[in-house]
Amino acid sequence: MALRRLVQRTLLNHSSSRLYPALGQSFSTDTSPSEPIRATLFPGDGIGPEIAESVKKVFNVAQIPIEWEEHFVGDKVDPRTESFLTWESLESVRRNRVGLKGPMATPIGKGHRSLNLTLRKELGLYANVRPCYSLPGYKTRYDNVNLVTIRENTEGEYSGLEHQVVRGVVESLKIITRQASLRVAEYAFHYAKANGRQRVSAIHKANIMRKTDGLFLKCCREVAEKYPEITYEEVIIDNCCMMLVRNPSLFDVLVMPNLYGDIISDLCAGLIGGLGLTPSCNIGEHGIALAEAVHGSAPDIAGKNLANPTALLLSSVMMLRHLNLNDKADQIHNAILNTISEGKYRTVDLGGSSSTTDFTKAVCDHL
Amino acid sequence: MMRRSSPTFRCLLRGATSGSSCEARRSVTYMPRPGDGSPRQVTLIPGDGIGPLVTGAVRQVMEAMHAPVFFETYEVHGDMTTVPTEVIESIRRNKVCLKGGLATPVGGGVSSLNVQLRKELDLYASLVHCFNLPGLPTRHENVDIVVIRENTEGEYSGLEHEVVPGVVESLKVMTKFCSERIAKYAFEYAYLNNRKKVTAVHKANIMKLADGLFLESCREVATKYPGIKYNEIIVDNCCMQLVSKPEQFDVMVTPNLYGNLVANTAAGIAGGTGVMPGGNVGQDHAVFEQGASAGNVGNEKLVEQKKANPVALLLSSSMMLRHLQFPSFADRLETAVKRVIAEGKYRTKDLGGSSMTEEVVDAVIANLD
Repeated sequence: MALRRLVQRTLLNHSSSRLYPALGQSFSTDTSPSEPIRATLFPGDGIGPEIAESVKKVFNVAQIPIEWEEHFVGDKVDPRTESFLTWESLESVRRNRVGLKGPMATPIGKGHRSLNLTLRKELGLYANVRPCYSLPGYKTRYDNVNLVTIRENTEGEYSGLEHQVVRGVVESLKIITRQASLRVAEYAFHYAKANGRQRVSAIHKANIMRKTDGLFLKCCREVAEKYPEITYEEVIIDNCCMMLVRNPSLFDVLVMPNLYGDIISDLCAGLIGGLGLTPSCNIGEHGIALAEAVHGSAPDIAGKNLANPTALLLSSVMMLRHLNLNDKADQIHNAILNTISEGKYRTVDLGGSSSTTDFTKAVCDHL
Repeated sequence: MMRRSSPTFRCLLRGATSGSSCEARRSVTYMPRPGDGSPRQVTLIPGDGIGPLVTGAVRQVMEAMHAPVFFETYEVHGDMTTVPTEVIESIRRNKVCLKGGLATPVGGGVSSLNVQLRKELDLYASLVHCFNLPGLPTRHENVDIVVIRENTEGEYSGLEHEVVPGVVESLKVMTKFCSERIAKYAFEYAYLNNRKKVTAVHKANIMKLADGLFLESCREVATKYPGIKYNEIIVDNCCMQLVSKPEQFDVMVTPNLYGNLVANTAAGIAGGTGVMPGGNVGQDHAVFEQGASAGNVGNEKLVEQKKANPVALLLSSSMMLRHLQFPSFADRLETAVKRVIAEGKYRTKDLGGSSMTEEVVDAVIANLD
């Protein structure tokens, strides 16, 4: 018994010693705004290059002190990373600590890892943050959405550990560790505090999966005690789904394990108009932030100047906030919102008829 | 065409039709068996929280209709360790049960009684019928979705253990046997109720073996029903589509956990937990309860002020009446409930009104032909 407590305390000290000294720098990169900040850019495939151009243009006009390092996904597998992403690209992200990623189509085949998996494992991206808010001027059935979903990104149901026990019986393992749950809970509360959010809700199914989701909840409760000014509540996932579709304004910040996070974050994206409008940011160890557009690469409209750059633009705003360039971020954010709410320049998927370049120009004009 | 000929199975399926007419009505007749029309005994479990209130409402309406059903009541509460044996005996004897919600303590100790009951009686299919009620405005129109969810295995196996302190594992078990029987149930249901499409919900791009097995079984069964369209959708995309374009879904068949989420989302877009009927169906037994969130027993305020919504349990009891082969009573009950909702005068708080349970019940009784 004493031995177990000793082991537990060692683990706790170990995990907290990894977090606390790095706390000052682990969540946001402090850099002086005068010298240009280097950021890695992965334009991606399909419509990726076009929307990356939009971002670069808007940043130019807004005079953001960012220097882009572009990396493309090659068509040869790099043996050092076992994927199409080269070691140099990954080193670049590790060095710069911020990046922006466009949509990447994973090539089919064997002998390499999927691109998203490579990025996640190599950069230690443990939290996926997706703010979902109703865009004024773009009417969906839900008008008052303003929530943020924070999803644990490394373990849970997506461990990939499955095997066939006997013919016709398959087992799949769901793994929850104290360390990963604490990490994502810490980030969630830090994010809530830094962005002025009042409430954090932990989403779980601990009435059925009592040990696994129970551990996740315990970790969230521990972290909640350190932030007494933020209200903390726990909601069972089926109730959460029901409440989200009836009244999304009930939620503020949601923190969840992997599978629930996947489903809920896509559900929330559906509430505000789809993946074409949703920004997203992945947070990794040592303060790495990789903002990305979560929609597909849309090969059918690639090269036709029809793509909607909103998702990538909003993700780049998230990246700027992570870099503490808040006033520039607000400037661009407001420009985008104003352009969409005016309604004159809208891309085809929002019901308008403007091209990518027209939309970009309109955003630049609004700056 | 593969058809199950057991009458219990067929009338279970027919029982879940909402009563609205469809274009090509296939005449599914059943042979009256001796003893039809004679009063049937049904086990009644009031449950916790708002359970006693809404089951009381059902009792009242049944009495007012003079339905040939009489109830054998048993007290079961969420904090008991197991469901008492006499309750299980009674359900095995009567074959049909009507149940209010049973609360489950979160995070420790007792395993959920709802899940226990389902495993004990092998109620392998959970059915939730989500549809727009005329007169009840919601954000989405044209919703008519039936979610058929595998009820015994998957993530709810309850097999968890702590590997070392701070690391916990939970097993998700999928078997071909269970996947096949739920797929067969879903397609047979679609066939007998004139449904056009069955959608399988999965996450096989990540959980390749487990959900892959489920999909394999669905595809095999789909080949035997060429008249019914079959497609597959990944669960996160499915939730997104449900929120933006729910009219594209008809019957959905899912494993255990995804089914819980999808059923609750669908119920939410169509009107809420308070109005969706549902049931748990097995080979020989059936337990009817409110469709979504069976573990949600409301809060104390609802119990004190007696403002719980009885509509869900009333519609579930009409499903039960069809199952017991009393279709005329079922139709009367359903029409009365729909009329009350359409009128809009007596609605409980979750539907936007302020009536008490009693008032809704009285209105339903008054509207019975």
